[in-house]
Amino acid sequence: MGGACARTAVAITYLFATLITAAAATVAPPSGATSCTGCHATDAKVATSVPRIAGRLAAEIVAAMEAFRTGQKPATVMDRIAKGFSDAEIRAIAEWLGGQK
Amino acid sequence: MKSRRSFLKASIAAALMPMPALAQGQPRIIIVGGGFAGATCARELKRLVPHARVMLVEANPTFTACPFSNGVITGLRELRAQQFNYEALGSLGISLVYLPATKIDPQARTVTLRDGTALPYDRLVLAPGVDFRWGSPAGYDEAASARMPHAWKAGEQTLLLRRQLEAMDDGGLVAISAPPNPMRCPTGVYERASLIAFYLKARKPRSKLIILDAKDSFPKQRLFQAAWQQLYPGLLEWVPLSNDGKVVSVEPATNTLVTDFAQHKAAVANVVPPQKAGAVAAVAGVADRTGWCPIDPATFESSLQKNIHVIGDAAISGAMAKSAFAANAQGKACAAAIATLLSGETPPAGKLINTCYSLVAPDYGISIVGVYQAVNGQYVDVEGAGGTSPMDAPRETRAAEANYATAWFRTITAEVFG
Repeated sequence: MGGACARTAVAITYLFATLITAAAATVAPPSGATSCTGCHATDAKVATSVPRIAGRLAAEIVAAMEAFRTGQKPATVMDRIAKGFSDAEIRAIAEWLGGQK
Repeated sequence: MKSRRSFLKASIAAALMPMPALAQGQPRIIIVGGGFAGATCARELKRLVPHARVMLVEANPTFTACPFSNGVITGLRELRAQQFNYEALGSLGISLVYLPATKIDPQARTVTLRDGTALPYDRLVLAPGVDFRWGSPAGYDEAASARMPHAWKAGEQTLLLRRQLEAMDDGGLVAISAPPNPMRCPTGVYERASLIAFYLKARKPRSKLIILDAKDSFPKQRLFQAAWQQLYPGLLEWVPLSNDGKVVSVEPATNTLVTDFAQHKAAVANVVPPQKAGAVAAVAGVADRTGWCPIDPATFESSLQKNIHVIGDAAISGAMAKSAFAANAQGKACAAAIATLLSGETPPAGKLINTCYSLVAPDYGISIVGVYQAVNGQYVDVEGAGGTSPMDAPRETRAAEANYATAWFRTITAEVFG
C-alpha cells in the first residue's frame, strides 16, 4: 500500500510540475512585442547597426519610444512604428523585452 | 485508502479537464513549410512549449531566401549568402522531415508524406508560401520560365536571370512583367527594376528597362519614381495597367511580351506571374475561391478547417503585406496563440508590425512600415502609424535605410535559422 501511495505522490508531483512548467511557458507576450526581434537582434553574434533591446531596462525602452512617437528623437522607421502603440502597450512591451535575455 | 486514491485521481482529472492537450501528454504539432513563417513558428513553439513534439515538414533541406535575391540577380551578392539550413532547428529538438506533404486529412488530423507515412497531429501549421498560376499570362508555363525566368522563388531561377543579364549586349531591352495583387513582396518588382537599372547604368548604359504592370499603383511609388528620375533618367520606364501595361500573353520562342495593343520583344524577359497560396493549402482545404487562405487573426487558425493554422504569404492577413518580416512576425504570433490554446485558454488578438525595405541602389534604401490590429476579423492599419520614408529625406537617410536593410536581413535570418 505504501508503495502505491508513493507512486501516486510521484505521479501527482510530476503532473503538477508539468502543469506549472506549461503555465509558465505559455504566458502570452504582450501585444506587438514579438515583432520587434525581426530587426532588433537577440543573438549576440549578429553584426548589426540596429541597437539590441532585449534585456535593456524597461524605462529606457519606454523613454525611447515616447521620444520616437513625439518626434523628439530622430528616426528612420521607429517614429512610424511607435505611433501605433498606446502608453500602456509600450510599457508592457518594454517590461517584457526587459525580461528577455 | 482506496477512496482517497479515487478522490486524488478525480482531482487530477478535474485539474486536467480544461487542458485537453496536456491530458493527452505531449501535444503533437506539425509545421509544413520551412520558410520565414514556418521555420519561425516551429522554433518559437519549441521554445514556448518545450514538452511538445514539434515537427517541421519541408521538401528542401536548403532554404533559399527571397529578400536580397535581387542583389544576386544584379551581381551585388552571391546566392550562397541567401542560403540557410535547418540544423539549428534540429539541435533544438525539432524533428525535421525533408519530404513533401501530399495529403492532409483535417478530420483524422493526419499529414501524409510522399513516402506514404501518415503523421498524426493535434495542431497543424501550414506555411506553404506561394505558387504560380501557370498559364497566366497566356503561354507562360513552367517550360516558358526556363526561357523567361520569373525568379520569384529564389534559387536556380535567380541565377538564370542573372546569367541572361550578364550575357545581354549593351543596348538590349530588359522587360519585366508585374502581376496583379495579391502577390508575394509587392515592392520586390520595383526594387528589382531599380537594381537592374543600377547594373545597366554601370555596365550596359545604352540598354533600356521597361516594367509592364498589371496594376496602376504600387507601394512606395512616389519614392521609387523620384529616385528613378534622379538615379536612372531615361533608362527605366514604368507602364501602368491604364497605359496598356498588362501583359496578356507571352511568346517564349521570340522572348516577346504581348499587351492588348503592343508587342515588346525583349533581350531579357522577366515574367513575375500571378500567384496563389502554395499547393498544400488546396490539398488541406484551407484555400478559398480566391486561392488564398482565410484565417482568424487572433490565432491564424483557418476559417475553413479546425486545428489547422495558416501563416505567411499563403494567409489572407488583410492590410499586412506578404513579406518575410510579416511572415516572421506571424510565425511568432501563431506560436504564442497555439501555446495559449494548448493551455486551454483563448488567445487575444495582438498587434503586429511589418517593415519592408527596398534598395533603389546599393546605398539608397527606402521603407514602408505598418502597425496592424484585428478589427472585425481582419488585420487593418492602426491609424496614425506606419507609412513610407519621407519624400524629402537627404541621401544620408537613404544610406542609413540601406544599411538598416542589410542589418535586418542578418538579424531575421539569424533569428529563424541561426
